[in-house]
Amino acid sequence: MKHIDWKTYDTGKVWDELVDPQGRPRPHGEQLAKLLAGMDADDLASRQAAADLALKEMGITFTVYSDETQDAIDRTWPFDIVPRIIAKAEWDRIEEGLKQRVMALNRFINDLYHDQDVIRAGIIPKEILASSSNFRPQCIGMSPRFGIWAHICGSDLVRDRDGTVYVLEDNLRVPSGVSYMLENRLVTKRVFPELFEDYAPLPVDDYPSQLYDTLAALSPRDIEYPEMVVLTPGIYNSAYFEHSYLAQQMGCELVEGRDLYVDSDDCVYMRTVGGPARVDVIYRRVDDLFLDPEAFHSDSMLGVPGLLRAWKAGKVALANAPGAGVADDKVVYSYVPDIIEFYLGEKPILPNVPTWRCMEPEALADTLANLENRVVKPANESGGYGMLVGSASTKAEREEFARRLKADPRNYIAQPVLGLSTVPTIVEKQMEPRHVDLRPFILSAEQQQVTMGGLTRVALRKGSLVVNSSQGGGSKDTWIVPVDKE
Amino acid sequence: MLSRVAENIYWLARYLERAENTARLLAANAALHLDLPRGITPAWEPLVAMAGARELFERQHPDYSEKEVVRFMIGCEKNPSSILSSLRAARENARTIRDYLPREAWELINKHHLDAGEQLNEGLSQRGRHDYLKRIIHNSQTLNGMLAGTMNHDQGYHFLLLGRNIERADMTSRIIDVRTDGLLPLDSELRPFETIQWVSLLKSLSAYQMYRRSMQARVRRGDVLIFLFQSQDFPRSIRHNLCNIERSLKTLPNHEPAVRILYQIKTQILSTQVEKMKCAPLHDFIDQVQIALDQVHGEISSAWFLPAE
Repeated sequence: MKHIDWKTYDTGKVWDELVDPQGRPRPHGEQLAKLLAGMDADDLASRQAAADLALKEMGITFTVYSDETQDAIDRTWPFDIVPRIIAKAEWDRIEEGLKQRVMALNRFINDLYHDQDVIRAGIIPKEILASSSNFRPQCIGMSPRFGIWAHICGSDLVRDRDGTVYVLEDNLRVPSGVSYMLENRLVTKRVFPELFEDYAPLPVDDYPSQLYDTLAALSPRDIEYPEMVVLTPGIYNSAYFEHSYLAQQMGCELVEGRDLYVDSDDCVYMRTVGGPARVDVIYRRVDDLFLDPEAFHSDSMLGVPGLLRAWKAGKVALANAPGAGVADDKVVYSYVPDIIEFYLGEKPILPNVPTWRCMEPEALADTLANLENRVVKPANESGGYGMLVGSASTKAEREEFARRLKADPRNYIAQPVLGLSTVPTIVEKQMEPRHVDLRPFILSAEQQQVTMGGLTRVALRKGSLVVNSSQGGGSKDTWIVPVDKE
Repeated sequence: MLSRVAENIYWLARYLERAENTARLLAANAALHLDLPRGITPAWEPLVAMAGARELFERQHPDYSEKEVVRFMIGCEKNPSSILSSLRAARENARTIRDYLPREAWELINKHHLDAGEQLNEGLSQRGRHDYLKRIIHNSQTLNGMLAGTMNHDQGYHFLLLGRNIERADMTSRIIDVRTDGLLPLDSELRPFETIQWVSLLKSLSAYQMYRRSMQARVRRGDVLIFLFQSQDFPRSIRHNLCNIERSLKTLPNHEPAVRILYQIKTQILSTQVEKMKCAPLHDFIDQVQIALDQVHGEISSAWFLPAE
């Protein structure tokens, strides 16, 4: 059988995380490259099959919707066994950058719901806030504990051709994926036990206890064991697996809206077999607008009437706080370097991807003239929906986007088409480069914590840059490894 | 514990038990088939009747042939009580309370459901059927053992037991009902095979050996009925299940209304001479048992589950 020859592995014009353009493994990837090269195609395929089977039997799934049947399908999580490795020294800098970024973003959100200094100082134009679909006027004047609104943030990182790591976007509403990060490690241990003897990737599995501590710190009642729950929209939500996983790992109840109610004392209770039980902290995985039919969408079946009232009365903590998603806005994203300088007086450690704000006439004109070489994103979508990848688009799609841009420029940003870095991925028993991004998770309360690495998502289709699982992406284990100085 | 979780765990247990009992019944019917003289086949129709799916079946199938009934009872997605539908419902309930179940139990339920679907063709073939059904039974039993050995024996566990025991009592009563009602045509030439009929009934409930041991009698209608209704020790007798239900109920708050109904039916079972009942009165008596079980279920719902939306 044919073995892998890294010399013939074509990294193309982008940065490969494992091997350099000459086909030499990068220093932190030597043992992995060697191990892989020692395996033939059948070895690789059988390890991949073992991983797929394990995921299937463990029931590690995500939910997708099918247009044909109108049914939600519970699909096995797509996973590639070749891990993505990052050297600890590089990671340390990224971690600092993420902490800095999320700290500034939390200061920013808090400011928006109070004095709005950032607007008065002219850092952010007033119109952005006025037209932000995720700004919640209901939250004005609220002061969550520690001034933290986004307790859990998932920021997406990408590496461009020259090796620079950029922040692609921040997810401060209800970021998901952390459970897959944890499960990927578990499966990789089963599939490549020998690798763990050569490497000692930093462990990721303390995340649930860190999350627990972060949430417990928010409890309005000063008691040793606050009652915490994870609020899910239910089994038809695409991230349902994650919701139940986190509840299980933290040993708290997984609840749906109908399990909870707010009583006349403004406290939140859950309906239990033994009667009502008071809830202190809700890790909510339901979007703002569905949280409370009294305050937001009145027809929401997912929420809990009066929840916002309970939160404002300080009787229950919500993580993330309602309104935190205002910083998810991709136009706001474009200002994050300024936001960091404004609140922290520091230079940003991690750069943004160069971004054109289509609300600015020159940027709009430039974008319209160069649609083929741009990625155009709506300001407030998630999951990879509603965006245009110019280099992979048809003329009709570009015309459609030009029309949308002109109709609502505030709602769009444009970025260059990046050459996302690649990681070797098993494709039909062969090793081929596939584009990846990385989503680390940042926890903030009294202290900040960043996961060791994060969730690496991989675009399984050749040449594709879209890594979202709802769009056919898969994932890989991510290793942060200490490397001896050479 | 959350009312919704209690409800889901209760239904999880019911569906699992239903799949297992359906598998037992199909296996016993198939075995009986092989024991009878050529030309005499056990009716397959009662199996469909037992599942309460006669109308559904007749809409899709011209006759009650073995092949059609087996397919309907094992793999038909439109039949809500087929083995596959039951396992799917069990898995869906388990998925909803995944955070609550021990991880290994979830994985087994998931695998149980996957296997049943993937190996369906084997289950439908005459040669593969025995092994297929045996695996369904084994998986359910393994799961029962795993849950007993890994879950806290707290309220949640009692909801699991409640679901299992109510379903089991109900299924036992249904199986007795179809099996005592014209299994073989009334024909003097078939007298020698009458015993086989009662043996088959016992076997559908895996009760044959235990019957022998505890009754120390020939396999006769009257003794079989006494055993299946009134045995204190056999885990699938109706009395045994009612006692278990009572024990679980009493661990929960506000259990009085459910326990009251249970007492009545238990007293009735102990004071009735089932062995002397002819077909029609027996059928009515079984009806009463089923109605009482349904009432107990109703009381459980209103005491502990989420109010209907």
